[in-house]
Amino acid sequence: MKRIDIIRRVAQQDGLIVANLGFPARELFSAHDRPGNFYMLGSMGMAGPIGLGLALGQPRPVYVIEGDGALLMNLGSLATIAREAPPNLCLVIVDNGVYGSTGNQPTARAAETDIAALARAAGCNHVIEVSDEGQLQDALDGCCSGSTVIVAHAEAGNAEAPVIDLTPIAIKQRFMRHLGAM
Amino acid sequence: MTIDRQIVDSIERAGVDLVCSVPCNMLDGIMALLGSSRVRHVPVTREEEGVGIAAGAALAGRKPLLLMQNSGLGNCVNALASLTGLYELPLFLLMSHRGGQREFISAQKPMGQAAPRVLDALGIPYDVIAAPADLGHLESALRCAYAESRMRAAFLQPELWP
Repeated sequence: MKRIDIIRRVAQQDGLIVANLGFPARELFSAHDRPGNFYMLGSMGMAGPIGLGLALGQPRPVYVIEGDGALLMNLGSLATIAREAPPNLCLVIVDNGVYGSTGNQPTARAAETDIAALARAAGCNHVIEVSDEGQLQDALDGCCSGSTVIVAHAEAGNAEAPVIDLTPIAIKQRFMRHLGAM
Repeated sequence: MTIDRQIVDSIERAGVDLVCSVPCNMLDGIMALLGSSRVRHVPVTREEEGVGIAAGAALAGRKPLLLMQNSGLGNCVNALASLTGLYELPLFLLMSHRGGQREFISAQKPMGQAAPRVLDALGIPYDVIAAPADLGHLESALRCAYAESRMRAAFLQPELWP
């Protein structure tokens, strides 16, 4: 299972999607562009917090395509997510051990670093680890009942995906109109 | 009415509905009042995280404010530029301004002096609130941030709390 397989599954869910910058956003854009997608173009480490703010600010389900490298950049956000625990938030962490958008360098962690254990230790009480698409689908189908963290163990590698040809303002306006927020 | 009460009243009247915060001694009274306010208060682990939560809330049409010490501005710079600024989202940065004449912690001075210039570099307009008479500026700056969907900031000076 690679990131693109995870993204294709998440994109079939009914809800909003926040996609981490670089290849996660590009892969989502090329696989399933839609108004309810928010593509990050910068600000690595902010995917989880943006998703939390969205989930607190409106009632629709919010899926966040996060990476292990980006999560480690703002690990404290797991504690805040655990405390607020909005029932409409599902954090999907693509745990592939590399910074995929900068050339697949290994992320700054030990081989033994356990992302799911970190999430549990932060206080997230609904953490699911998946290693194939069947397990991922089961986890996604079950995550509408409460704040969820899915740690998806994945192979490194990016799909062929073009640069997103939408301006930041177009991404925002389309997304907010979809929500009825502007 | 205390200065803390007046500041929280300004925040409420301007329609702020989400405050993310990292504490400061000077902000203690404001944070206590937020606990009994209708404004949702989300303490965060790091100021940059508050910028992200505020951006998500703004995308949902909310009016977010980040309450922090000026030192926290340094922890937010990239997210302010490449998230809030890039997408032209509204955000108000309300900061206690440390490092001035009355400061007793030497480590507060460098960032206290740099903070206004950091805002200048980011193109974020700011007000300096040093006396109760300045609070009218605070409320109009708050309204401006949300009406124009942009970032604004204000420094709360220690002289506000005699």
